Amino acid sequence: MAKFDLNDDSIVCIIGSGAGGGTLGNELAQRGIKVVILEAGGRYETQDFINDEWESFTQLAWTDMRTTSGSWRVAKDFANLPTWIVKAVGGSTTHWAGASLRFQEHEFKTRTTYGALPGANLLDWPITLAELEPYYTKAEQKMGVTGTNGIPRLPGNNNYKVLAAGAKQMGYKEFHSGNMAINSQPRDGRGACQQIGFCFQGCKSGAKWSTLVSEIPKGEATGNLEVRPGSMAIKIEHDASGKVTGVVYTDEKGATQRQKARIVAVAGNSIESPRLLLNSASAMFPDGLANSSGQVGRNYMRHMTASVYATFERPVHMYRGTTMAGIVRDEARHDTKRGFVGGYEMETLSLGLPFMAAFLEPGGWGRSFTSAMDDYSHMAGMWLVGEDMARETNRITLDATAKDKNGMAVASVHFDDHPNDIAMRKHGLVQGGGIYDAVGATRVLHTTPYPSTHNMGTNRMSEKPRDGVLNKYGQTHDIKNLFVSDGSQFTSGAACNPTLTIVSLAIRQAETMAGMMQRKEI
Amino acid sequence: MRNIDRRTIISRRGFMKTTAAAPAAATLAVGVGISADAAWAQGAKNLSAHVTATLVKAARDIFPHDMLADKYYVTACAGYELLAKDADKKALLEGGVARLDADAKDRFGVANYMSVNWEADRVTLLNGITSTPFFAKLRGDLVVSLYNQKELWPKFGYEGASADKGGYIKRGFDDIDWLPTV
Repeated sequence: MAKFDLNDDSIVCIIGSGAGGGTLGNELAQRGIKVVILEAGGRYETQDFINDEWESFTQLAWTDMRTTSGSWRVAKDFANLPTWIVKAVGGSTTHWAGASLRFQEHEFKTRTTYGALPGANLLDWPITLAELEPYYTKAEQKMGVTGTNGIPRLPGNNNYKVLAAGAKQMGYKEFHSGNMAINSQPRDGRGACQQIGFCFQGCKSGAKWSTLVSEIPKGEATGNLEVRPGSMAIKIEHDASGKVTGVVYTDEKGATQRQKARIVAVAGNSIESPRLLLNSASAMFPDGLANSSGQVGRNYMRHMTASVYATFERPVHMYRGTTMAGIVRDEARHDTKRGFVGGYEMETLSLGLPFMAAFLEPGGWGRSFTSAMDDYSHMAGMWLVGEDMARETNRITLDATAKDKNGMAVASVHFDDHPNDIAMRKHGLVQGGGIYDAVGATRVLHTTPYPSTHNMGTNRMSEKPRDGVLNKYGQTHDIKNLFVSDGSQFTSGAACNPTLTIVSLAIRQAETMAGMMQRKEI
Repeated sequence: MRNIDRRTIISRRGFMKTTAAAPAAATLAVGVGISADAAWAQGAKNLSAHVTATLVKAARDIFPHDMLADKYYVTACAGYELLAKDADKKALLEGGVARLDADAKDRFGVANYMSVNWEADRVTLLNGITSTPFFAKLRGDLVVSLYNQKELWPKFGYEGASADKGGYIKRGFDDIDWLPTV
C-alpha cells in the first residue's frame, strides 16, 4: 500500500473518505495521480460492523460536539447532535441505506422553475441534467444500482409489501423496491443481499456499496492512494499568491502534522467542510477560504423529512430485510396544486426497538408512547424525503465559545423550516398515513425529523462567483487548486437521496481535475 | 408468518446470570413488587432504599409496559446507584424524589409518591415536573437503559442481531400473509 511523504507537494490531498472523497480518491488513483485521503475516523471493515443500534452508533457516528439553534425541532430534541452521519473510513456510505436516484431535470433549475420564493435563496445549478447524465450512468454502473444496467431489483420485504399494497389502494402508479446500490445478485467481487436489516449499521455481508468496500480498496490496489485514518484536518494553508499549499491535521496519536499538496479537495460533509474553510481564515482571507461571496456555510439544506409509522392488527416485522428497499415516487413531481413547490419521495424505513424508542417521539413518555411501542412487531414504517428550500440564514457558523480538543471552534448549525417545507411535510404525512389506512392501519403515528442524514448546500455551486462558492466542477471560484467534493456542492437538494449525485459529481470532478493537472493549469 | 416466541424462559442458570449482571439482585424483584423493602432497594448504598424504589416506580410510570416484569425497570435504574457517587448527581436524584413526595402530599394528602395508588394520579405528579432537569435526566436515561435490554426485545417481537443467523433471507423477510395482493 502506498505511503506518501508529508513533504510531497505533488499529491492531491482529500479531506474525507465518504461518497465524495472516497470516490474522487479512487478515480484519481486510477488515472495515476497520487492521493492522500485524511479521514478523521477509524477504519472498520465489514466484519467489524455490529448488528446492534447503540453499539454501532458508538462505533461509527460522528458525535463530536456541535451546537444548534433555530426553530427546527432537532435543536430541542438533539441539541448537540444535529446530524446522524459517520466518522469512519468510508464516511456516511457505511451508514447510508443505498437509495440511488437521479435528480429530475427541473431540480437543477429551481430558481427558474419555482420563481423568487420569499424567504428562500434559490439558484439554478451551473450544470443541467443532460450534462450530468453520462456521469449518473457511470455512477450507477460503479455502484451496481438495482433497476439500472440490467441489474434486477431486490425482492420486497414485509415493510415494502405493506407500502406497495397501500400505494396501490391509493391509486399510486410508480412504486417498487427502489434503485438501490445493494447487490441483488453477486457483483463486483461482493455477494448478494442477505436481507439482514441493519443497513444503517454497516453492511455485514458487503452487498451494499460503500467507498469502504469498493472505491478505497480499488484505489489502494493501484499504489496511488493512501488513506490515513484518525486524521482530523484542522486548517488548510496557502501561500502569498493565495494558492493552497497543504493541510494541517492531527494524526492517530494526536500529533500535529502538515501534509503538503498540489491540490486540496474538501469532502467532510456539509457541516465539517464549511467549518474547515471558515476555520482556515488568514490575513489574506479573513472571512475564511473561498468565501469572497460570503456564501460558505450558508444555504444549509437537510431535506424536508418526517416519518410515518402505522400499527396493524396482524404482524409485519418491518425490521426484517433491507431497510430502504421500497419507494413510492408519484409525489416527487413538481406540482404547485398541492400547495408547495418541489416534491418528495416515500421510502420504506424501519428502526430496531432501541432506536424506535429514541426516535418515534423524542421526549415522549406515558401510555400513548408505550402502547405504540407495544405494537412494534405490528408496525410498518416509511420515511418522507423531499426538497427543502435553500435559505441564506440556514447556515453553519463557527461557535463563538465552544472549541474542540484541538482548540478549533466547533460548528454551530442554525435551521428554520421554510413555509414550503412545512406545507410539504403536512401533505406527506397525510398521504403517507393514507397509504397505511388503506390497508387497515389501527393507528398512524407521525414522527418528527431525525438528526439530519442528508446535509447539503453549504458550499454551493454557482455560475457567478458572487452567488456561491464553487464553479460547475466543484472548484472554488476564489482559489483554483482548492476543490469541494461532497454534498455541500449542491445548489439545490432535489427530492431524492443525495449520494448518487455526490458520486456522479466526484467522477466528473476527477476527470476535470486530471485534465487540469495534465494541462498544468493547477 | 414466522412469529416470535414472547414467553419469558428463565432457566435457573440464566436466572443467576441475569442476577449477577444487574446490581443489587435485580431479578429478586419478581413477585415482590416495587417497594423500599425489596432486596434490590435495600442493597443500594449511595442512595436510600426509598429513593431507589421511587426511581423504579417513576420509571414504570414514565414507560409503562404491563407485559414487562418489575425487574426490567430495576435493571433500567441500576446505574443510578453508581451515578450517585457524584454528589451533584446524587442531589439531583434525591431532590427529584423529594419533589415528587412533596407534590404527592400536597395534591393527594398521602405520605409520598410511592403511596399514590393510581398510575393516572402519579402521572399527574410527573406532568408537574416535566420541565425539571430531574425528569429530563430520568426520561432520557430510561429510553436507552430500558429499551436497550436485549432480554426484553423478544417481548416486543424484536429479534435483534441477524447477520450471525444468515440474515432474514430464509427466515421470513417477506413472509407477510395478510395483505391484499398487489
